Amino acid sequence: MLTNEIIQQRLVEKFGEQVSNFIMHYDILTFETEKDNNLKVLSFLKDSQELGFTFLNDLTAVHYPNDKDRELMVVYMLQNIRAGIRIRMKIYTPISKPDVFTAVNIFSTANWLEREAYDFFGVNFVGHPNLIRIMNVDEMDYFPLRKEYQLEDQTRVDKDDDMFGR
Amino acid sequence: MNQKSNIQLPEGSLGKQTTTLNLGPTHPATHGVFQNILEMDGEIIVDAVSTVGYIHRAFEKLAERRSYYQITTLTDRLNYCSSPINNMGWHMTVEKLIGAELPKRVEYLRVIIMELSRIADHLICNSVVGVDTGAATGFFYVFEFRELIYEIFEEICGSRLTTNIGRIGGLERNFSDIAFQKINHFLKTFPKAMEEFESLLNRNRIFMDRTIGAGAISAERALNYGFTGPNLRATGIDYDVRVAHPYSGYQDFDFSIPVGSVGDTYDRFLVRNGEIWQSLSIINQAMEKLKDHDPSVFHANLPDFYLPLKEDVYTKMEALIYHFKIVMGETELPVGEVYNAVEGGNGELGFYLISDGGRTPYRLHFRRPCFIYYQAFPEMVIGSMLSDAVVAMSSLNLIAGELDA
Repeated sequence: MLTNEIIQQRLVEKFGEQVSNFIMHYDILTFETEKDNNLKVLSFLKDSQELGFTFLNDLTAVHYPNDKDRELMVVYMLQNIRAGIRIRMKIYTPISKPDVFTAVNIFSTANWLEREAYDFFGVNFVGHPNLIRIMNVDEMDYFPLRKEYQLEDQTRVDKDDDMFGR
Repeated sequence: MNQKSNIQLPEGSLGKQTTTLNLGPTHPATHGVFQNILEMDGEIIVDAVSTVGYIHRAFEKLAERRSYYQITTLTDRLNYCSSPINNMGWHMTVEKLIGAELPKRVEYLRVIIMELSRIADHLICNSVVGVDTGAATGFFYVFEFRELIYEIFEEICGSRLTTNIGRIGGLERNFSDIAFQKINHFLKTFPKAMEEFESLLNRNRIFMDRTIGAGAISAERALNYGFTGPNLRATGIDYDVRVAHPYSGYQDFDFSIPVGSVGDTYDRFLVRNGEIWQSLSIINQAMEKLKDHDPSVFHANLPDFYLPLKEDVYTKMEALIYHFKIVMGETELPVGEVYNAVEGGNGELGFYLISDGGRTPYRLHFRRPCFIYYQAFPEMVIGSMLSDAVVAMSSLNLIAGELDA
């Protein structure tokens, strides 16, 4: 019977201090690893007979503008289909040099999800076969889901708009 | 001849001319706005590229400006063939974040709504597979019953397609007697129509010849591509979120997961038909279970998060205060990150919500099943005929709204 404790134990046995910050976010075990280490951990989780995380559930990025040198976070969520257990792996990268190794060769799922993360956050997935924008127009020269691009505040009062009064 | 440089011909083969064919963005076969650029050698597809994003509406960015109860309307517009499932998935995500427990009756009412919309979703997909193989009869026939389902939704929440059904903490109003009558009418009349629909296509020689072997994918590749829902189950893997990670009281129901074997269009068709029967059985069980519960309960006691009834807002002081606090975002929300998934019409629909305790999510990511499995489409159709690609595409149940978010 696979449990979160066993998963954590196996990861620590294999990677030692390179995996850290194990925490339960509601029902999902979450941990952090060095960004250059992401493929090693992913393939270990996938290939290990005991762990068997053969399914990449989701991949996305988050922007934390106030975290110096850890501004962009890439989140991988994996699932062991047979045991029905999900885990989440996080890596952080500075926004000035957002290079992360691509997981496409381990999980084909990552192809479009990484393109999406690139499109919205500008994470540069090194080795990706076709890293171009997927949702936005190719000519766009910024990454719209970063926090510096604010949507208009809906409670603003300084705007005189008789036609669409707010 | 200028297209030739795109493909690698085997050594010593005669120079062939291939044609580039744009299937989409607006093409009757795509049933939505997305493009497939096919490289054709006669009628054989030798290369394919899919382009998406034509109706991207920036839902994830918009969600960062909207308070929690306002995001429900965004989820309507993901998979608009089964909006109620998306709505419920979002409500359950927030309920998981705040740690709310719902009364059993609310969960069962939600199960009824979700299974009805699953039937509607599968009916559209399967009857459209019929249309794409030349059998429009089934399509027109089952749409009568999709209409009955939409009338039930109309009775429950007032709208039909983009439903905005339910609230955080329960439903916005109780089911009326007419709603129960309509559900019972549907449960009584639909099975016979479904049997006829199955007898029209299931063992139809023409239909079988068109769909068997078209757009097949192996279980291993499907897992690697992140397939979920009926498309994954058609390959023989019995992964269903309702069973693997039960939510909304699904653990109380007795149902089976139909699986296929080779993952082709015919298997996907049969799996969806099987699921329609299972959904019917779940609704029947839920209607039976409802009898044991107080018929007046339709929401949890969560005054901080559940939008109060309008008549209370106008007449009661507490309701007015809570209404104001919820709308203005004055309620305390926990800080944390939560992932909640529901079994949507076409796969695992997940909500990854990061809350910083503010009025709006810090980040909300939708795990949209058809965005993830559509990237396997080129691999599924290369080497097959154009007409196989068309039926394979409609049997994947691609919904442009969900694809592009």
